[in-house]
Amino acid sequence: MTFEVGSILNIGAILAVVIGVAAMLIWVERRLLSLWQDRLGPNRVGWFGLMQVVADMVKIFNKEDWVPPFSDRFVFVLAPAIIMTVILLSFGVIPFAPGVGIADSNVGVLFVLAMASLGAYSVMLGGLSSDNKYALLGSLRAAAQMVSYEVFMGISMLGVVALTGSFDLREIVLAQADGWYVIPQFVGFVIFLIAGVAESHRLPFDIPEADQEIVAGYHTEYSGMKFGMFFVGEYLGLVLVSSLITVLFFGGWMGPGFLPPVIWFAAKAFVFICFFILLRAAIPRPRYDQLMSYGWLFLLPLSLINLLVTAFIILSSQ
Amino acid sequence: MIILFYIAAIVAVISTLCVILQSNIVHALIYLILSLLAVAVIFYVLGAPFAAMLEAIVYAGAIMVLFLFVIMMLNLGKISTDQERSWMKSSGWVAPGIMAAILLAQLLNVLGDYEYDLVPVEVGVMEVSTLLFGPYVLAVELASILLLAGLVSAYHLAKK
Amino acid sequence: MLTLIKDTLISQVVTLWKVFLHTFAKADTVEYPDEQPHMFSRWRGRIILSRDPDGEERCVACNLCAVACPVDCIALQKAEDDAGRWCPEFFRINFSRCIMCGFCEEACPTNAIQLTPDFEMAEYERQDMVWEKENLLINGTGKYHDYNFYRVSGMKIHGKDKGEGLNEAPPVDVRSLLP
Repeated sequence: MTFEVGSILNIGAILAVVIGVAAMLIWVERRLLSLWQDRLGPNRVGWFGLMQVVADMVKIFNKEDWVPPFSDRFVFVLAPAIIMTVILLSFGVIPFAPGVGIADSNVGVLFVLAMASLGAYSVMLGGLSSDNKYALLGSLRAAAQMVSYEVFMGISMLGVVALTGSFDLREIVLAQADGWYVIPQFVGFVIFLIAGVAESHRLPFDIPEADQEIVAGYHTEYSGMKFGMFFVGEYLGLVLVSSLITVLFFGGWMGPGFLPPVIWFAAKAFVFICFFILLRAAIPRPRYDQLMSYGWLFLLPLSLINLLVTAFIILSSQ
Repeated sequence: MIILFYIAAIVAVISTLCVILQSNIVHALIYLILSLLAVAVIFYVLGAPFAAMLEAIVYAGAIMVLFLFVIMMLNLGKISTDQERSWMKSSGWVAPGIMAAILLAQLLNVLGDYEYDLVPVEVGVMEVSTLLFGPYVLAVELASILLLAGLVSAYHLAKK
Repeated sequence: MLTLIKDTLISQVVTLWKVFLHTFAKADTVEYPDEQPHMFSRWRGRIILSRDPDGEERCVACNLCAVACPVDCIALQKAEDDAGRWCPEFFRINFSRCIMCGFCEEACPTNAIQLTPDFEMAEYERQDMVWEKENLLINGTGKYHDYNFYRVSGMKIHGKDKGEGLNEAPPVDVRSLLP
């Protein structure tokens, strides 16, 4: 069994960095959004507003953590824990650099997909246990959206897997030494990008929590740190999708040697994080049925054709 | 590794018992997901990572989501919980319990005769694929035709 | 299919690019407490009562502003001095109810009540938001410098008889018009 567990120090450092980055993204996102909307954003607390995160955290920890009396208490408390756990577990198989990474599983890609599919429970159970009509509508939408886009996400990854011949994410990175997979797998990259946005339900695909239609969707009843876990979980998902794009299509830590590999990885992932924020700043939310029909009628055939063509080329070149 | 197997097995058995004993349907479903994940861990420990991940993706990740989806649509409230609880108390447990106990005793009897060598052999993605697309290709194709038929009929019903 | 590609891909990419170009645009924000924003003179802010060019109160206590006010935040009482001029005995605006709609300014026949570009009216006590006439009345003409109601109206007041107003003909003895 090729399953190597990194040292405790390694795990602790990765956990701290990932959660720290996800928390800092609250500030990064607000500043970038305001940059693109010709505003200034939070710039008062600390240098350039960097301590805004701390202020937000102090505020959210002091908020009343209310469990509605009409809710299903056990499930209500469980739901926000699921999304954090599942996304942090997904980081376990991401190779950040040579020697940096928690586990090299030979089913890494499948592990990420499994965790993504379990992440749907957080949203669904949160909405269901709230016993609120808006929360229920939000989680119904979330369930359909996440289950559908998981399909395209998986199929778009399979082109890369076929080219490498392995589900191991570290081997996928090593196989890109000659050229990044974004060139042969450009269609797969675009589909993965779109499915990634839908999977982490961020704007423009934040239909489960569409504020203008259904208050705050599945987390309408959540407050305090339970809401904070959904909130940070969303940013963690953003970091995860960016890291996955970097690993699968942009050569992971590979880059010219004047910078250490971890820096290359972080830089590439940061570019994609900024791109996702740009998506949020630029594109309006589609209607729910538009999202579903776009997925099933356009992305699914496209990803299947991509996989077929990739397989055909691989077989004919052997 | 063997200790992991036993832990996962105990979790699976207890959570499956909880599925049966829970009167709240959502809680029962969560226990069922937990049970499936424990089975996935067992698969992994016994050297079948691919089967483990498929268990997590397909059963825990997809089919149970659809179950939950249906439960959301049905709007089962306190009434169904009470009904479930009334079934729990009745003496209807006795007959199925005895019969299940007989089956379990038979199973233990049969399994007791085997010799075990608990050295897990890795069955990776490649091995599973060569089997699926080699000797069992006919079964795979038949299953895919069945799924296609299901897909088409679902589309037809949705069109109505 | 082509329109789908055009709508979903090309237009979205163009949108993304146009928004991205805003990276290089200057922010419109004015950092308010450090830097005062430019207030336009017609901005509807704190309400004042103005005086005419002679330094007398313009308000004639006609109550039109109080009638026009949609939130009923203006209260006043008419009084009359010995010269025959009308003026408010008290004039009270409850700024905690005022919505700065400017209807009172529209309604005022004598340009007495006017809105100013001042918006900094926060108070800790709610009662401090109720402003009396001595708080509202300013020593100036506000936005209209030359207007004086009693000078153009035909009303007889102390020091100005009928027919002595601007653009006003002397009163005619009706009986002299008889044939």
